[in-house]
Amino acid sequence: MCCRSREIENRGRLCAVLPKVKGKPHEEITMNGIEADGLVVRVGGRRGRNAVNGLDLRLGRGVHGLLGPNGAGKTTLIRTLATVQAPTAGSLSLLGTPVSGRLRPVRRRLGYLPQHFGFYKRFKVREFVEYLAWLKEMPPASIPGAVHRALERVGLTDRADDKLKTLSGGMVRRVGIAQAIVNEPEVLLLDEPTVGLDPAQRLRFRELVVELGQQACVLISTHLVEDVAAACTDVVLVSEGSAVFQGTPADLATAGTDAHVGDSPIERGYSALISARTGGGAW
Amino acid sequence: MTANHPGEHLLRRYARGDDDIAADELWAVEAHLETCAPCRGRLAPDPLATAVWADLAPLVARTPQMPRARPWRRLLHGWVSPAAGPWLAMMLLVTAAAVGLDQAGTTAGGQVPLVLLVAPVLPVLGVAASWGRSFDPAHELTAATPRAGLPLLFRRTASVLAVVVPGLAVAGLLTDVAPARWLLPCLAFTVGTLALGALVGITRAAIGLVVAWAAAIVAPTFAFSRMPIALDAAATPVWAGALAAGLVVIAARRMAFTRLEANR
Repeated sequence: MCCRSREIENRGRLCAVLPKVKGKPHEEITMNGIEADGLVVRVGGRRGRNAVNGLDLRLGRGVHGLLGPNGAGKTTLIRTLATVQAPTAGSLSLLGTPVSGRLRPVRRRLGYLPQHFGFYKRFKVREFVEYLAWLKEMPPASIPGAVHRALERVGLTDRADDKLKTLSGGMVRRVGIAQAIVNEPEVLLLDEPTVGLDPAQRLRFRELVVELGQQACVLISTHLVEDVAAACTDVVLVSEGSAVFQGTPADLATAGTDAHVGDSPIERGYSALISARTGGGAW
Repeated sequence: MTANHPGEHLLRRYARGDDDIAADELWAVEAHLETCAPCRGRLAPDPLATAVWADLAPLVARTPQMPRARPWRRLLHGWVSPAAGPWLAMMLLVTAAAVGLDQAGTTAGGQVPLVLLVAPVLPVLGVAASWGRSFDPAHELTAATPRAGLPLLFRRTASVLAVVVPGLAVAGLLTDVAPARWLLPCLAFTVGTLALGALVGITRAAIGLVVAWAAAIVAPTFAFSRMPIALDAAATPVWAGALAAGLVVIAARRMAFTRLEANR
């Protein structure tokens, strides 16, 4: 009982301290990308836990960073938004349509890169992206051109005829990004896309993401704070399954003081908000 | 711009592709033609240009900058799960091995053909290999696509049956087993895997069914050297009933196959 009331109090305090961006008078919030209300997702069967616990989220066009400690529910949230995991309670709308019942029309407009990007080793790069384009029900005539454009954007046209098993880790990750963007999605969900990319590739990836964010609602889950600072217009911080902060990277930076752990203002802001939420701790 | 149209003579030389036109004259003509439709009309009658373009446009739209690779692979994987290939080959090998052992006279108790004992298990493995999380590395990518769900599930299951059933049919001919005796258990186990898979996940369903079959039918057959009742001709209605019940469950729980839960 007492824990519960402290939690609510905590949340209230955070909301009072931090300006919400909901009321931001910006024309970019016209697009209904992702709308979630009181989202609850239970994982691990009957004796499981709520990985996402009463989360509210409004995301429109732009690049949104999803930050949070390990186990905060980032992957479960992205899976739920990708419609592969059914929410236990609450409501979820993608692109203005409620996610329930018929998923096919909304899935055609979705791009998803899971955290564990599994692929078929014997496929050529181009064949793999073509196969995913087929699974996404793209018109057959448009597939070759779309695959070419997607591979061009991730800089893999020269490796298009190589088998996936011959690629390095960073290249495989880029194939993952290419399959996610092949259908020019309006909602793009990337779960830890920069893992395995070297610094130069990360820079190029940020440029690509900024470009994609002009047309689509891009949500990037990451634990690299500098990615968020460089590429995201907006940050969502999750802890223990609910959103504790949503705002610009600059807002996040102002939440931290020199007393907090971190090498950059944003890192300090991050640790300030997370320790306020979890009551601090060594890890 | 339009004041200085190129002369008839110059235009004709341009159209012919003469190389002795001075560079500045050539640029001027080219730049002028880009903006002046009447002069383009003088160069080539407009209907002709329109007709050429009308012929060309669909071709341009259809010609990819990059040729598509290996068309057979595209056709094949419209039906067969990319992860299932080796498993389908293994199923044919197991069928052949069962026939071989039957021919060699190593049948269970001299009465039950091995083909009958493996027939229900083979498609279960195939279905698990096509849809199970532990077999298909890209299952999460697939699950998030519009094609995931019953349509893809049926395609992949059909491809498994298209390998298993002809194999068993040949085996049945060689070992003199009537098709009715192995076909219904085979189909009932296929549908059963999918139905149970919709509730607990395909991999778990496959393991459960194979273990149940081994414990309830295969082990007693070897232990007591007699024909199990389940494989008797009298059991046909029971198998048909199980098949129908499985189809009902699949239809009722079809949404499960659009989510990750069915891959477990």
